[in-house]
Amino acid sequence: MKLTHLQQLEAEAIHIMREVVAQFERPALLFSGGKDSICLVKLAEKAFWPAKIPFPLVHIDTGHNFPEAIAYRDELVARTGATLIIGHVEDSIARGTAVEEKGPNPSRNTLQTVTLLETIEKYKFDACFGGARRDEEKARAKERFFSHRDEFGQWDPKNQRPELWNLYNGKKAVGEHFRVFPISNWTEMDVWQYIASENIPIPSIYFTHQREIVERDGQLLANSPFITVMPGEKVETRTVRFRTVGDMTCTGAIASEASTMDEIIQEVATLRVTERGTRADDKRSEAAMEDRKKAGYF
Amino acid sequence: MEETFVTENYLNMDLLRFTTAGSVDDGKSTLIGRLLYDSKSIFEDQMEAIEKTSAQKGHGYVNLALLTDGLRAEREQGITIDVAYRYFATPKRKFIVADTPGHIQYTRNMVTGASTANLAIILVDARHGIIEQTCRHSFIASLLQIKHIVLCVNKMDLVDYSQEVFDKIVAKYKDFSKTLEVPDIHFLPISALNGDNVVDKSTNMPWYKGRTLLETLESVEIENDYNFVDARFPVQYVIRPMNEEFHDYRGFAGKVESGVFKPGDAIVALPSGKESTIKSIDFFGKHLDQAFPPQSVTLTLKDNIDISRGDMIVKKDHLPTVSQDVELMVCWLSEKKLVPGGKYVVRHTSKEAKAIIKDVKYKVNINTLETNEEDKTIGLNDIARIVIKTASPLSYDSYKNNRTIGSLIIVDEFTNETVGAGMIV
Repeated sequence: MKLTHLQQLEAEAIHIMREVVAQFERPALLFSGGKDSICLVKLAEKAFWPAKIPFPLVHIDTGHNFPEAIAYRDELVARTGATLIIGHVEDSIARGTAVEEKGPNPSRNTLQTVTLLETIEKYKFDACFGGARRDEEKARAKERFFSHRDEFGQWDPKNQRPELWNLYNGKKAVGEHFRVFPISNWTEMDVWQYIASENIPIPSIYFTHQREIVERDGQLLANSPFITVMPGEKVETRTVRFRTVGDMTCTGAIASEASTMDEIIQEVATLRVTERGTRADDKRSEAAMEDRKKAGYF
Repeated sequence: MEETFVTENYLNMDLLRFTTAGSVDDGKSTLIGRLLYDSKSIFEDQMEAIEKTSAQKGHGYVNLALLTDGLRAEREQGITIDVAYRYFATPKRKFIVADTPGHIQYTRNMVTGASTANLAIILVDARHGIIEQTCRHSFIASLLQIKHIVLCVNKMDLVDYSQEVFDKIVAKYKDFSKTLEVPDIHFLPISALNGDNVVDKSTNMPWYKGRTLLETLESVEIENDYNFVDARFPVQYVIRPMNEEFHDYRGFAGKVESGVFKPGDAIVALPSGKESTIKSIDFFGKHLDQAFPPQSVTLTLKDNIDISRGDMIVKKDHLPTVSQDVELMVCWLSEKKLVPGGKYVVRHTSKEAKAIIKDVKYKVNINTLETNEEDKTIGLNDIARIVIKTASPLSYDSYKNNRTIGSLIIVDEFTNETVGAGMIV
């Protein structure tokens, strides 16, 4: 009678999801189309079977998506029968609550936080599941499973509730909410192994393909209407895949020929750079993630 | 990591959670950095970042301790504020490390990190030997019922790798640890800075014939750390799909915290005492022939009895205590002192109940392990024995027999903060 580490992680994540549904009135799952949130959806299906997933999926749409990720999202919603709610960054910009960045590399990453908080407020969500993992980034290594957010949606890393055993304290005052990270203890490899062993379909951009690429600050960015090619920069077609799915303007590709799950796993095992190393949004400063998290980011 | 990665191995790995304890300059962060580095769990961009910072700060070597400082304030002040979690894996096991800081609020953080750990690494400086802090850390590990301690005598390079120094420390610790409730203790001479006996065997200490730290972590037997005897299934949530296919389905969702459940088992629902039989153990379309800790499953019963969140499904042969009176050891986690006679909320398994502090029996001096029945002021980082009364009965075991069914947290009704960690006596 022994569970493998992956089975233990799965059991832990399911336990947390059930706690949230029992402790909160209006939970939601923040769905990006990336592998981590795909895992969350699978875990939610398992946690509540034979009932449907008892909370909506929320997608914060920057308008700068990979079309493949959107196609995947819509298929997933159709397959699971889950409810989908979309918050558009465009709408926040139109309302004037968010202002587009200037320059050749305008990122809607910070704007996303505005739309996310507006969506949470609009639907009165009191707990939002996120697919963040502690191994991703050093500020995230200090994150709780149940992460308290004040009425401004802010994270206060110095004043977090201690989390003991598997007892999760979801008590909060009116207007506050929680972010909950069921796969906190998973690593990138765990996520890939889980996707492989559960045969979970993933968006095609995770597999090798030919794509127009602009190399900028050592990053391979997908050429798209959302970025401006600068003088001296070349657009070339390369054989690449993506390790994460985010905004098209800041998600870097890696040169890769991995065309199957198995090849991806082999590649992840030998990669010597963290997956957030491909994200321009994290490269802005050493505390970039910490600052965004404090402001209410995912 | 040039060798081919073998997925089959990966899928057979088990999981060990450990915590690390040591006083400020014992080299704890360096040790964790060393484990991550030598097991190739550090990525190039992480390494580059700390190389850059080390150079900026004028350190003579790459300061592996920087790997674990996640927040800006920590980097600025060179301290660690909060429990951070680290991950690494070898072909045998995956490891989750609860890295707890060694200064202020130490007890609170170590208790938090230790609450989920199978094993504690306790570091001592070979030059200083067993000090008050070593005893404090060991006491907390023992109080939290950690079954395995690895005492690492670090900085052996600074005592000329002397066997005599090591043997003396071991003898002293063995003598001290008789008062603890830790069944399995390992002793290792290491140098985290140079990597002696961390991942690779030291050539400087041929007299040491035992395992390296990593080998120890890989081989400690943890399977029997679970309680397989007392069947306990706290109900988290009732699943009622209310659709055509599963019209009358009522499933009790929860995690097996201890013991083993099988279809056909006679069960009792607590606190009501109503009885039934397990009809099926469901998991995502499959019927399992048994469920054991720490599986999350869904139970269905033959009879339609009233069970809801906060209730516990148990087997008749080993019943827990069902009572409103609970005596426990508590570690206080808040700046706001415990209020004798005060009202709080407790969270125990999936149950929440109001509670009143009836009595503070004594406070433990965690440096001398002496009890003090006079001083009943319980503040941050204090450990005390208290008695509470809950508004509705809890179904519990002693923490010693059952870490999950014997633990609870105390929540402040007004601030909603988690203020106490309780281990039922």
